Amino acid sequence: MKGPLDYLARWPLRLWLAMVGAFLYLPLLALVVFSFNDSRRITVWRGFSLRWYAELFDDGELVAAFGNSLVIAAASTLISLILGTLAALLLWRFRFAGKAPLEALLGLPIVVPEICLGVAFLVFFTAIVPWPTELPWPLNLGAIIIAHATFSFSFVALVVRARLASFDGALAEAARDLGAGEWLIFRDIMVPHMVPGLVAGALLAFTLSLDDFVITFFTSGPDTITFPIKVYSMVRFSVTPAVNAASTLLILLTAGLTALALWLQGADIAKQAA
Amino acid sequence: MLQRPSQAPGVFAAVGLPPVVWLFALFLAPLAVIWTYSFGENRTLVDIAITGSWGNYARALKPLYLAILLKSMGFAALTTVLCFVLGLPVALAITFASRRAKLLLLVAIMLPFWTNLLIRTYALMAILRTEGLINAGLGALWGIVPGLPPFEPLPLINNNFAVVVGLVYVHLPFMVLPLYAALDRLDRSLIEASLDLGAGHLATLWRVVVPLALPGIVSGIIITFIPALGAYLTPDLLGGTNSQMIANVIERQFRSANDWPFGAALSFLLMYLTFAALMVQAIISRRSAEREGAR
Amino acid sequence: MSPGMSSGSPIIRFEGVTKRYGKVVAVDDVNLEVREGEFFALLGPSGCGKTTLLRMLAGFEVPSEGRILIDGQDVTQVGPNKRPVNMVFQNYAVFPHMSVADNVGYGLKVDGVPSGERTMRVEEALALVKLDGLGSRRPDQLSGGQRQRVALARALVKRPRVLLLDEPLSALDAKLREAMRTELCQLQAQVGITFVMVTHDQDEALALADRCAVMNRGLLQQVASPSDLYEFPASRFVADFIGSVNMLEGALVVDEPDHAEVAVAGIDLPVFLDHGVTGAAGTTLWLALRPEKIELHKWAEAPPALGDAPQGRNAVAGTITHVAYLGSESLYEVTLPDGQKLKALRSNLTRWDQEDFALGEQVWLAWHACSPAVLLS
Repeated sequence: MKGPLDYLARWPLRLWLAMVGAFLYLPLLALVVFSFNDSRRITVWRGFSLRWYAELFDDGELVAAFGNSLVIAAASTLISLILGTLAALLLWRFRFAGKAPLEALLGLPIVVPEICLGVAFLVFFTAIVPWPTELPWPLNLGAIIIAHATFSFSFVALVVRARLASFDGALAEAARDLGAGEWLIFRDIMVPHMVPGLVAGALLAFTLSLDDFVITFFTSGPDTITFPIKVYSMVRFSVTPAVNAASTLLILLTAGLTALALWLQGADIAKQAA
Repeated sequence: MLQRPSQAPGVFAAVGLPPVVWLFALFLAPLAVIWTYSFGENRTLVDIAITGSWGNYARALKPLYLAILLKSMGFAALTTVLCFVLGLPVALAITFASRRAKLLLLVAIMLPFWTNLLIRTYALMAILRTEGLINAGLGALWGIVPGLPPFEPLPLINNNFAVVVGLVYVHLPFMVLPLYAALDRLDRSLIEASLDLGAGHLATLWRVVVPLALPGIVSGIIITFIPALGAYLTPDLLGGTNSQMIANVIERQFRSANDWPFGAALSFLLMYLTFAALMVQAIISRRSAEREGAR
Repeated sequence: MSPGMSSGSPIIRFEGVTKRYGKVVAVDDVNLEVREGEFFALLGPSGCGKTTLLRMLAGFEVPSEGRILIDGQDVTQVGPNKRPVNMVFQNYAVFPHMSVADNVGYGLKVDGVPSGERTMRVEEALALVKLDGLGSRRPDQLSGGQRQRVALARALVKRPRVLLLDEPLSALDAKLREAMRTELCQLQAQVGITFVMVTHDQDEALALADRCAVMNRGLLQQVASPSDLYEFPASRFVADFIGSVNMLEGALVVDEPDHAEVAVAGIDLPVFLDHGVTGAAGTTLWLALRPEKIELHKWAEAPPALGDAPQGRNAVAGTITHVAYLGSESLYEVTLPDGQKLKALRSNLTRWDQEDFALGEQVWLAWHACSPAVLLS
C-alpha cells in the first residue's frame, strides 16, 4: 500500500525518527518528571511532591530574578518591535544609496557569535558609557534591555519584512486616491496588514530575551540577577530538583508562548483562507 | 515600485533614523571598541593603551591558543557532521510525510529549539552525570547479572564526549530545518525520474537529491557550524578542563584574567572565522542561483 | 496503423485495479489490456484517474486493490526502479545538474553498463531524437522542445518494454505540438516499443493513438479505436467528451429488427433509425448526433428526404440564431420552435457562398437514419 516515496512508512526510517525523538525529548522529559520527585536525588523516584516548587517560591532572590527577566523581556520586546518595524518599512519602501550595506549590517546581529556581542557590551557598558548602578529598579536593568533589543530587533525586522512582502501596494494607492495621507495610510492600511508579523516578531523577541544567557551574563553587573543567571549559578553549585522545578516553569512558559504564536498564525491563515 | 528618499523625505527620516542610529551607536560602536582594543596593550589593570600592535593576534596564534582554536573548529565540524547524519533522514521523512504528520514533526523539531539553551544543557547534565540516569540505568542492569565485578560508572560528563553530545543536542534543529526547506523545494518528479530510470533509493539520494539540494545543505552546515563554533555554555557546563572552546577562553580574558586586549583579539578571530563561513555560503548560493537563473 | 497492432498479445494487464486516497476513489476497479506494440492513450478530464493509472503502471503509486501485470509478471509490489517501463514526465524532469549526455546516460550508468557501450548508446539515442551533437549542453541551454527530446532519449535508451508519456505535448506551444505529434508517431513506428500516453486533449489522443481508453471519475468508460470512440460512443459521457455533439433525450416507440423510432420532445415526428434497438417500448434513451452529420436545407425546399427514411422523417424546422465562421467550416446554431438548440456544421466548400445561410433565416435540419448514435446510459 505504500508508494516508493512514502519514506515515513519504512521501518528503518521510523526507527531513526524514534531514536532522534528520544535523544531530543528524553532529557527534557526526565527533567520535568524529576521536578516532582520527593527526594534530593534526581535519579531515583520517591513519590510525587510539589516541595521543590514551594521551595522556589520561598526563594526571594529567584522570584526577583524571574521578575527582572520578565521586565527585561517586555521592555526589549517593545523597543525591538518599534525599531524592527521601522527598519522593515525603510527597506520595504525605499531605494537609496547604501541600502545593500545597511541590509547586511541589519543581518549582522543575527550571525555575530553571542560571546563576541557579550564581551562588546561588557566593555561598552563598563569602559565607554558606564551604566549607572545606583538607578532605581527597573532602570538598573537598562544595559541588559539595550543589549537584548539590539540583537532581537534584527529578527523582528526579518519577520515583519517577510510579512510586508505580501502587501498589495494597490491598497495604499486606493487609500491615497480616497484622500488618506501618509499617517492614515499607515494606521488604517499598513498596520492591520502587518499585525500577524508584528505578533510573531514580538513573540520571537520575547522568547529570545527570556532565553538569553550569554549576553546577559556579560552585560549584567554583579547586583542584577536574571532568571537564567540565577539558574546558571544554581546549576554550577548543585544539581537539585529545585533547578528542575525552575526549568519546568520556564519550559511551560516558552511552550505556552510558542503555542500562542502557532495558534495566532493558524488563526491568521484561516482568516486568509476565508 | 520602490520610492526614492526625495519623494517622501519626512517619512524616510522618521522610518530610517531610529534603527540606523541604534545600529551604529549600540551595535557597531561596541564592536568597534573591542576591535580597537584588540590592537592595544594593558598598561595597568584598568588603563588600556591603543598601540596599534598586532601582538595580541600573534599571541592568539601561538600553539597554546591555536590548539584551542583548532579544537573548537574540530568540535564544531564534528558536531555539524553528526547533525547532518542524524538530521538528513529526519528531513527526508518530514519532506515526504503527509500534511498532518509533516506539521507534527516540524513542531516536534522546533519545540526543543524554543526551549532555553541553559535548561536543555542542564537536562543533558542530569542524564550524563556519574550518578545520572544513564549510569543509574546501566548500573541497575549490571546488578541483574550475578557474579560481575562492581559497576564502574561510565565517564560521560566533563569530557570532550559530553561537549560534542551537548553541541549536537542543541544544534540539531539548526540543521534539520534548512535541510527540510531545501528538500521540500525539490521537484519531486526528478526523484521519480531517477527511480524510473532504474536507480535505487540510495543512488537517487546521492546522485540527484544531494546535488540539487546542495545550497540548502550548505546553508544547513553553515547555520550549524557558526553557533557551534562560538558555543560558550555547552563546553562550560558539560566539558572538562581539557575541553574548553574558544568562547571559554574569551570569557576568561574578560572576567578573570582581565586581559581585555587579548580577549578582544580572540573575539575578532572568532568573528572573522564566522564571516569566512558565511562567505562560503554566499558564494555557493550565488553560484546555484546563477544556474537556476539561466534556466 | 503501427506494425505491432496486428500481433495483439497483451503486454500490460490491469486486473481489478482500485486506488483510494483516504475516502477518495481515484481509480475504481479498472480492468484493461494494452497490446504489444500499440500506441495506447488514456484520455479523460483532469482528475479522472488517468494519471494515477499511469503512475501505478510506472510504480510510483501502489494499487489499493487489484494487480498489474507486465509481460505476464505481477509487478504490483515491484518498485519503479525494477520495472521494464520508462517514463517521459509532464515537466520532462530533466536533471538540471547534468549535461544532456549525462541525463541520457543516467539510466545506463546506474545499471552498470560499461562506459564505452554507454557512450555509443547515448549517441544513438540522441540521434534518434535529432539532438546529435548537443550531448555536452546543459539543460538550461535548451528550449522546451529540446528538453522534451532529452527526456524521450533518456527513457528510450534503456530499451523499455513500455514507454510511458504523461501529457507529453501539453507544455509545448501550438505549432511545436503539431510537429511533435507526427514525430512521436514516426518514433514509435521506428523503435517498435509499446507507448502508453496520458492526455486530456482528445485531438491529441485521436491523432496519435491506435486505441484509447476514456476515463471519468476513476471509472473506465470505453476502450476503442479513435474512430469507434467518435462514431460509436458507448455512453453519453464519451459522446460528449469526444468532439461536439447534439444530445437528444427520447423514448423508444417502435423497435423492429430492421428499424426503430424514438419520440423526442420538440421534434414533431419520431426520429427514425435504420437499425433495431433492443429495448422495451417507452425505454428512455439518448441520441447523440454530431453537428457535421446534420444538413442544412433552405426553407423553400420541401422537407427533404434522406436515405431510405420515409418521406418527411428526420427533418425538423428551426431558425438560425447564431453563426460562427470557423474558416474551414461554419457552425450554425439552430433554435427549434420549442426553444431547444441544435448545432450543425457545414464545410465551406466554396469561397463565396458563406452568406448562404444567414442569421434569422428559417431552415430545415435533416439527418440520415443511420447518423445518431443510440445511447442507453
